[in-house]
Amino acid sequence: MIELILIKIFLLNWSSEIGKGRQYERETSTLLAGVRRFFYLQREVLKLKEHDMKVKTEVIDADGIHRALTRIAHEIIEKNKGTEGLVLIGIRTRGVPLAQRLAEKIAEIEGERLPVGILDITLYRDDLSTIAQRPIVHKTEIPFDITGKKVILVDDVIYTGRTVRAALDALVDLGRPESIQLAVMIDRGHRELPIRPDYIGKNLPTSRREVVDVNIMETDEKEKVLILEREE
Amino acid sequence: MSLERKDFLGLYDVKADDIYQILDTAEAMKEIFTRTVKKVPTLRGKTIVNLFFEPSTRTKSSFDLAAKRLSADVMSISKSTSSVVKGETLLDTAKTMEVMGADVVVIRHSVPGAPQFLANNIRASVLNAGDGAHGHPTQALLDLYTMREKLGRIEGLKVLIIGDIGHSRVAHSNIWGLTELGAEVRVAGPATLIPAEVEKMGVKTYNNLDKALQDVDVVNILRIQLERQASGLFPSIREYRHFYGMNKERLEEAGKDLLVMHPGPMNRGIEIDSSVADSEQSVITEQVTNGVAIRMALLYLLAGREIEDEDLA
Repeated sequence: MIELILIKIFLLNWSSEIGKGRQYERETSTLLAGVRRFFYLQREVLKLKEHDMKVKTEVIDADGIHRALTRIAHEIIEKNKGTEGLVLIGIRTRGVPLAQRLAEKIAEIEGERLPVGILDITLYRDDLSTIAQRPIVHKTEIPFDITGKKVILVDDVIYTGRTVRAALDALVDLGRPESIQLAVMIDRGHRELPIRPDYIGKNLPTSRREVVDVNIMETDEKEKVLILEREE
Repeated sequence: MSLERKDFLGLYDVKADDIYQILDTAEAMKEIFTRTVKKVPTLRGKTIVNLFFEPSTRTKSSFDLAAKRLSADVMSISKSTSSVVKGETLLDTAKTMEVMGADVVVIRHSVPGAPQFLANNIRASVLNAGDGAHGHPTQALLDLYTMREKLGRIEGLKVLIIGDIGHSRVAHSNIWGLTELGAEVRVAGPATLIPAEVEKMGVKTYNNLDKALQDVDVVNILRIQLERQASGLFPSIREYRHFYGMNKERLEEAGKDLLVMHPGPMNRGIEIDSSVADSEQSVITEQVTNGVAIRMALLYLLAGREIEDEDLA
């Protein structure tokens, strides 16, 4: 079935190339390029098949996420002796709803609603020159000045630390905060940079072959943390 | 996500999804302008060459600024200061830039198809910054961006383009982009400046500006090239101004919601009166700002692409 679809894609590619009315001599090379593209697509499909994931375990359920956020909210208030000068900034995508929920919980406890910003780190990634596909850039929305503020950076999972590195670079371009602290739902280890979170929902030792899949109601329409594993 | 192409030569073959992707990326880029540090490190180590074989201030400086705000290294070469005056061919100039490591070549040329010719012959990505009367895709994209930003949508808008439709690359690119996104496009101007078959591009033609202005949401006023009058395509500047100049009376008749655009540079007092150009409804200066964001988006989407042998057909 997949083979049939691929042959169709290949034929479409070919016919549209010729349809553009390019010179006759170039048709042969277009045909060759089409054949190469066909085999390339086939390889990609096989790779996708290998990368099928299966759910290994559910590590945290909705209640667990709720409790962890409540604890982190208390820890943030305790460590900063109140909410004076605090702002929350969520890293796209799942850091954003987590930051908003932390703001709600802190408001419930202290009665003050902290400002919440959205940070997109795509333009600061350190792998842009090595990957062929351009990641989609979304908007950074931080409608307040972070200079002199205590910034709590929020993300769902910390792994290599490279996302946080990019986020730190982005933040210093936006202003000069008094301090930056890091809150994450899951710390799965395997750090490649000297970066350590200040607030952790759960420490989760994993192997590199596994994938930690955080699902939040706002973005995924369900609420749980799963460990996925590549199928052999 | 990438634009699945090596080069960006025009809007004639760009699908709605890709146009929206560019507009969305530009929206993220525009946020950078509001920061204290108006620069991101995204294209560090990439080299962008601006080859301008025609005079240009805003497009050239816009591309310059876009490349710099993305931290790319940028070289700008214009016709008068390059070896072109010594008789070097376009291809030789471009090949020289390529062996110096250019990742993207931005080209403005008076010959339609010059960017396509380069694209077929060099490995670097080629970005069309205006080729003769053919196309000016980045101008059209920034016009689309401005319309969407101000009016919230493009689909279903009624857009009127006034002026020299036949010789205008801005008009052509705008028509391709707007019709692809489902806007209703009208063109108005003297019959001598409107190609006979322009309706095949999916637009309605008008020779009476006041009729054309009825119910439109956006008016895009083209610069009238004064040399066209010398070649006899319309009798006099005064007559053009009388029949096709956008003035205060016409603006008032069209209503408060009409968005006024002009790609620049303006001939104040000819195709557009100062009272219109400087009115509340005019977004001409915003168009310039948005141009930088659009060019940043395109450079981002093109410059990161790995160069494959297949691209060189």
